[in-house]
Amino acid sequence: MCLAVPGRIEQISEAQGTRMGRVNFGGIVKEVCLAFVPEAQVGDYTIVHVGFALSTIDEAEARQTLETFRALGVLEEELSGDVEGGE
Amino acid sequence: MKYLDEFRDGAIARALADEIRQIVTKPWVVMEVCGGQTHSILRNGVDQLLPEGVELVHGPGCPVCVTPLEVIDRALAIAQKPGVIFCSFGDMLRVPGSSTDLFRVKAEGADVRIVYSPLDALTLARRDRDRQVVFFGIGFETTAPANAMAVKLASDEGLDNFSMLVSHVLVPPAIEAICRSKGNRVQGFLAAGHVCTVMGTRQYPAIAERYGVPIVVTGFEPIDLLEGIRRALVQLERGEARVENAYARVVSEEGNPAARAVLDEVFEVTDQSWRGIGRIPQSGWRLAPSYRGFDAAERFDVGAIRTVESPECRSGEVLQGLITPPECAAFGTVCTPRTPLGATMVSSEGACAAYFLNGRRKRGTNGVAAHA
Repeated sequence: MCLAVPGRIEQISEAQGTRMGRVNFGGIVKEVCLAFVPEAQVGDYTIVHVGFALSTIDEAEARQTLETFRALGVLEEELSGDVEGGE
Repeated sequence: MKYLDEFRDGAIARALADEIRQIVTKPWVVMEVCGGQTHSILRNGVDQLLPEGVELVHGPGCPVCVTPLEVIDRALAIAQKPGVIFCSFGDMLRVPGSSTDLFRVKAEGADVRIVYSPLDALTLARRDRDRQVVFFGIGFETTAPANAMAVKLASDEGLDNFSMLVSHVLVPPAIEAICRSKGNRVQGFLAAGHVCTVMGTRQYPAIAERYGVPIVVTGFEPIDLLEGIRRALVQLERGEARVENAYARVVSEEGNPAARAVLDEVFEVTDQSWRGIGRIPQSGWRLAPSYRGFDAAERFDVGAIRTVESPECRSGEVLQGLITPPECAAFGTVCTPRTPLGATMVSSEGACAAYFLNGRRKRGTNGVAAHA
């Protein structure tokens, strides 16, 4: 039950006075409460736990983290002379 | 998810592991607090990428594991009352109470339903006003906003046939209890990313300072975990004890204000018992006075149930990072996921289940856990 899964918001609506939305998790679409992410828009990625979106994913941060990691990989490759690359 | 594959990149994982090997000059013990992280570590072999001497120990971050036996017994008592629809997340159903479990009472005719969300329980209550619908509201700060919102919605709608059996636990007091415990070996913490999604990173600087421990907010993908470990080790090697956020794409300093507002309205902080660990002051949430009418323990008068835990199971020591699962004599022998002795083996998020399911049956099989 602790799993929180990222998905893409496809549609936003209102039900019983609560902000709801349809979120696509790699093909599986679920009805999710969006009350805790008032800033979220259609197309945003969000982390969903037990039917509630808890946070939107900051794309710029995600990209920056990956770039830091990649720089590390490149550095490591250069230092070790490993030409194999990826997996 | 478009970033998911990239955050599982094997080349990056190896680069991070190499970096960690270059940093480490002495043995260190780091605890990942969250059971979700434990499973990701063991499933992806993150621990096996670490240099000898760096030991990961598993924390109390499994809500199913730490829900007290007396609360399970209250759930069982309510579920067996006539006219009740008892709703729970699926992983609570196999947790043994004193004499039975929710699966068994369901098989015997009780109306126990597995739901994905507390909103599903609300839907049932709206649909069937003649039945009492009770939701088993357990979990950490990640789950609590959803449960709080369900109570708030029920209150707003005047749904008098909905109630919640609440047993919520809070991470920071548990980290403090671990730091203070006799025989504590944990020198740094990987804080659970999704707890911090709700609560923010701002809860932790005081703890890092008070106990001199680095706390790194960490995600759940293999390279998130390696990066969290790397940052904790950099601090440990330098003699630093700060809070760092290695999951900034999701977690902010202030957390989720909308979720916290509902938590503040519906819940109040209380002393809480943790299964296997005992009572930790101010480490739980219960319904605030204005929502107490939705407390299933009061509505069904089962609050007085008290039980005593069997002494055989060492899950309390596992939950506090004092031992790894294979150090328990019962592990893998009398205690398996099919015949669990304690909650850490029952729950799919429990550390004992993670060791068992990933074939780590013997102490030291990952080559790093053998020097306590």
